[in-house]
Amino acid sequence: MFYDNNANRLRKEILMRVARAHFTKEPADMLDRIPMAMRPKRSEPSRCCIHKDRAVLKYRCMAALGFSVEDETDELKPISAYYAEAARRTKAVAPALTVIDEACSACVTSRYSATNACRGCIARSCESACPKDAIEFRDGQARLNPDKCVNCGLCMKACPYHAIIRIPIPCEEACPVGAITKDEATGRETIDHDKCTYCGKCLRECPFAAISDLSQMIDVLQALKGGKAVALVAPSAARQLPGSLPQLVTALKQLGFTHVVEVAEGADETARHESEEWAEKMGAGERFMTTSCCPAYIETVEKHLPGMKPFVSHTPTPMGFSAAKVRRADPESVTVFIGPCIAKRVEAAKNPEVDYVLTFEELGAMLVGARIDVLECTDSPADSFAHREGRGFAASGGVTRAIQATAPAKAALKPLLVDGIDRKMLSQMRVWANKSCSGNFVEVMSCTGGCIAGPGTVGNPNTARKQLDSSLEKSPSMVAAPLIEASCGTD
Amino acid sequence: MKKTTVTICTGTTCYIMGASHLQRLDEVLDPALLEQVEIVGSRCLGYCDANGHGKAPFVKVDDQLIADATLDKVLAQIRKTLAKGAL
Repeated sequence: MFYDNNANRLRKEILMRVARAHFTKEPADMLDRIPMAMRPKRSEPSRCCIHKDRAVLKYRCMAALGFSVEDETDELKPISAYYAEAARRTKAVAPALTVIDEACSACVTSRYSATNACRGCIARSCESACPKDAIEFRDGQARLNPDKCVNCGLCMKACPYHAIIRIPIPCEEACPVGAITKDEATGRETIDHDKCTYCGKCLRECPFAAISDLSQMIDVLQALKGGKAVALVAPSAARQLPGSLPQLVTALKQLGFTHVVEVAEGADETARHESEEWAEKMGAGERFMTTSCCPAYIETVEKHLPGMKPFVSHTPTPMGFSAAKVRRADPESVTVFIGPCIAKRVEAAKNPEVDYVLTFEELGAMLVGARIDVLECTDSPADSFAHREGRGFAASGGVTRAIQATAPAKAALKPLLVDGIDRKMLSQMRVWANKSCSGNFVEVMSCTGGCIAGPGTVGNPNTARKQLDSSLEKSPSMVAAPLIEASCGTD
Repeated sequence: MKKTTVTICTGTTCYIMGASHLQRLDEVLDPALLEQVEIVGSRCLGYCDANGHGKAPFVKVDDQLIADATLDKVLAQIRKTLAKGAL
C-alpha cells in the first residue's frame, strides 16, 4: 500500500530533519550533516554504497528547501548554501515536480519478460502468439528479444504457466496524462511540465521516492517571523495530525500564525455560489456543469480536456474564498494554505491572494522542528465559522452533498462523481464534454477518495473518513430547517 | 487473564512517521488475538528525542519496544509475546 511505506517515510524524515535544523542555533552545520546522519559510516546502504545514498539524500534536501534537482549547477554547493538562499526568497518558487535522477533506478523499458517459471513446453503457445517473432528459446526456456518485442502482451496471455510477466514502470503507470516518460539517453524519467497536472500520483507511486515536489516549508518558516501569517486549514485536516482541530489551532498559533481559518468556511461559500451558478446554467439550457475546486482537475482541463472548459464552474474555490476574506480583513496578511494537495501550489501561483501552500507532511515536520506536540495543546476555536456542507468537501461526494443541500428545490440534480482521475476516466470525461453526459452536475476529484487521500496527507484515508463523518454529524448545517409547521398553520 | 498491552505512540513525530496508519491495528488483527490485547494510543513516549532507540514511529508490545514500527512488525511481536505467555 502506498500510503505508508519506506519511500514515503524517507521523504517525511528529510522534511523533519530540515525543519529541526531550522530551529537550532546553527542550522548550517546540522543541514550539511543530514546525509551523514542518515547514512553513517558502515551502515547498510540501500543502493550500491553509502556514498551514493548520501548523494541522493543531499538532492532530497534540495527539494525540501524548494530547489529543483535539475537546476543544480555546482555539485559542491552545500545544503546550507541552498538553505541560506531559500531563507532569502521573498516569493514562493514556481511549483514543479522534480525527478531526483540519481534516485531514479531507471526501471527497465522492456515491459514483458519471461521468467524462470518457463518450462520450455512443447506447445510453445507464446511463440505462436507472438506476432513479431520476438520469442526465442535458449537453454530450454523462452526469452523475449527486446529489439523485436512491441509490448503487446499476447505471449503473457498465451502462457499456461504464467511464466511471462509484465513489468510496469510505476510512475508512468500512475500518470493519467502521459507526462512522465523515459529519457532514452539516460534511461531516467523526465517530466514534461506542459503535460503535468501536478496530481502527485507519480510522486506517491515511485518505489524509489525519486520524484519530489518543491517544498515551501522554509519560505513559510521565514514568513512566520514577520508576525503576519494566517493559516488556512483545508477541510481535510481530520486525522492528518494527532489531536483534534481545536488543538491543532493552538499548535498553529504556537508556531507563529496570528489567525487560523478553516477553509471549510470558504467551502460553504463555494457551495452557495456553485449551486446558484448551476441552477442558472441549467435554466439557460446548458447540458451539465462540473465542480472547480480540485486544482489537478483544473490543470487536466487546461492541458488535456479543452472541450470540458465551457462546462467547468466559474465559482472560486474554497481556498480562493477564504484567502479573499483574510485579505479583506488585513491586506498585509501572509496567507498560507495548509492541505493535502500539491496541485494547490499551482492554483496559489495563479491567485495573488494566496502566498504559500504547505502539505500536511510539511506542517507536521514544522511542528516536530518547533517541538510542538499537538496532543499537549489546549483547545482554541478557529477564527472562522464553518458548516457541515463546507467541511464535507474533504471527501469524494461531499461537494455533491453540499450542492444538493443548497440548490433550489425545484431543480432536479442528477449528480455524477469522478472519484479519481485515471486514463479511463479521462476518456470518459472527453465523451461527456464532446458528446453526451447522463448527469447534469459532475463532481471531479483527482484523488480517489477525495482530498483526504491526497498526496500530501499524513493520516490514513480510512480513519480520516471515519473521523470526518463523525465531525460532520456534529457540525451545524448552513441550510435552515424548512419551516413546515409554520406553513401548516396558515391553512 | 492479563491482556497484552500494545502502546502506539502518537506524539507528533511518531504520528507523522506512520503511527497514523498503525492505528488501524485493530482492523488487521485476527479477532482471536484481538481479544487478548489492549491497544492504547499514547502521548509522546520520548524515544524520538533520545539517541539509540532507532527511528519513529515507536510501538511497545508490553515492555518490548519496536522502532520504525510497521503493522507487520507489530503483528509479529504480538504473536511472539502471546506465544510466550501461553507457555
